[in-house]
Amino acid sequence: MVHEWALAESIVLFLENNGFRKIKTLKIGLGILQSVDKEIFNFSLQELLKDKGLIVETLEIVDENAELVCNTCGFRWGLSPESMNEAVKESIHFVPESIHAFAKCPKCGSRDFSIIQGRGVRIIEVTAE
Amino acid sequence: MISDPRFHGAVKRLGEIPKVYLVLSSKGGVGKSLISTLLSYYSSLKEVPTGLLDLDFTNPSTHIILGVKPGEISYKEEKGLEPFKIGKLSYFSIISFTRDNPLVLKGDEARNVMREVLSIVNWTGVQKLFIDTPPGLGDEQLEAIYNLKSLVKPIVVSTPHNLSIQSVLRLVKILRDAGFSEILFVENMGNGKLEAFADAEGLNYVGYIPFVENIESCIGSTLKIENCVLKQYFEAILSKT
Repeated sequence: MVHEWALAESIVLFLENNGFRKIKTLKIGLGILQSVDKEIFNFSLQELLKDKGLIVETLEIVDENAELVCNTCGFRWGLSPESMNEAVKESIHFVPESIHAFAKCPKCGSRDFSIIQGRGVRIIEVTAE
Repeated sequence: MISDPRFHGAVKRLGEIPKVYLVLSSKGGVGKSLISTLLSYYSSLKEVPTGLLDLDFTNPSTHIILGVKPGEISYKEEKGLEPFKIGKLSYFSIISFTRDNPLVLKGDEARNVMREVLSIVNWTGVQKLFIDTPPGLGDEQLEAIYNLKSLVKPIVVSTPHNLSIQSVLRLVKILRDAGFSEILFVENMGNGKLEAFADAEGLNYVGYIPFVENIESCIGSTLKIENCVLKQYFEAILSKT
């Protein structure tokens, strides 16, 4: 079982540790920068939820576009892993901040930029039944 | 309760390791990476399943001490990432992803990387984990000191120089404020004279590593590490951990 299992496990541990048992809505964002395999992530999540006896009525997994901002000139830009070579894509898959080792601001060339959206896996919304 | 799911994954994974040592110093250049790397490597030679995690994301160097090139390090995916094996040592460093490119991380990004790494690296079977940290008191140290304190034991490293000692006193104050009752202390490039200092400060002095002129003879390959003249000093420290 791949890396997606560990990402799903963190979600389930969060739910369990916060006392969620029956969940009405669970909305998870997958930042496209991390290129998470949605099918494998969903399978891992379902298996782990079942194992812990957690029930989710409505599960929604949505992609979130990656947006970066330059801290030097203020330029904002989007980034898609499709534009990267395989080695870089794999590095960012495991640790999204690795992007700092490979990218610069396309406008001023600064390495001082921040990922403001779409870095990885996050819970957007969770509501108990 | 911390709302970042990865934090919960990190706590679970670290909680499965019986002994986790956080090698710290608020002063740079005192030899933290050398201490954490050689302690972990010698521990692994003693048939103790041991891991080494390099948390110095912007300036990793443990791979240089071990003599492995960034491109040689790879991880197998098994419910996360399985550490790379160097001999019997389980090893993880971000250098395998960043290669030798500079990595600029600001503020929460260092904490993000730390949580990501701690939540995905699968240390199953490891009995002792040594965590090498960057110098200073940045996000990585603060995360470990305040949020993971029940899971880690600090090893503070200092040289006998006054600049280092004064810096360490500030670090010890933070560790005490955070609630650490036991703080291990290693004197590097010394001769044992800091034992009295450690006793006076209530630190658990576990030993010293003497200064050697040619430290290069001890680093850069596992063969050099195995034949290092300092080995007995590290083994003496290991006997107290």
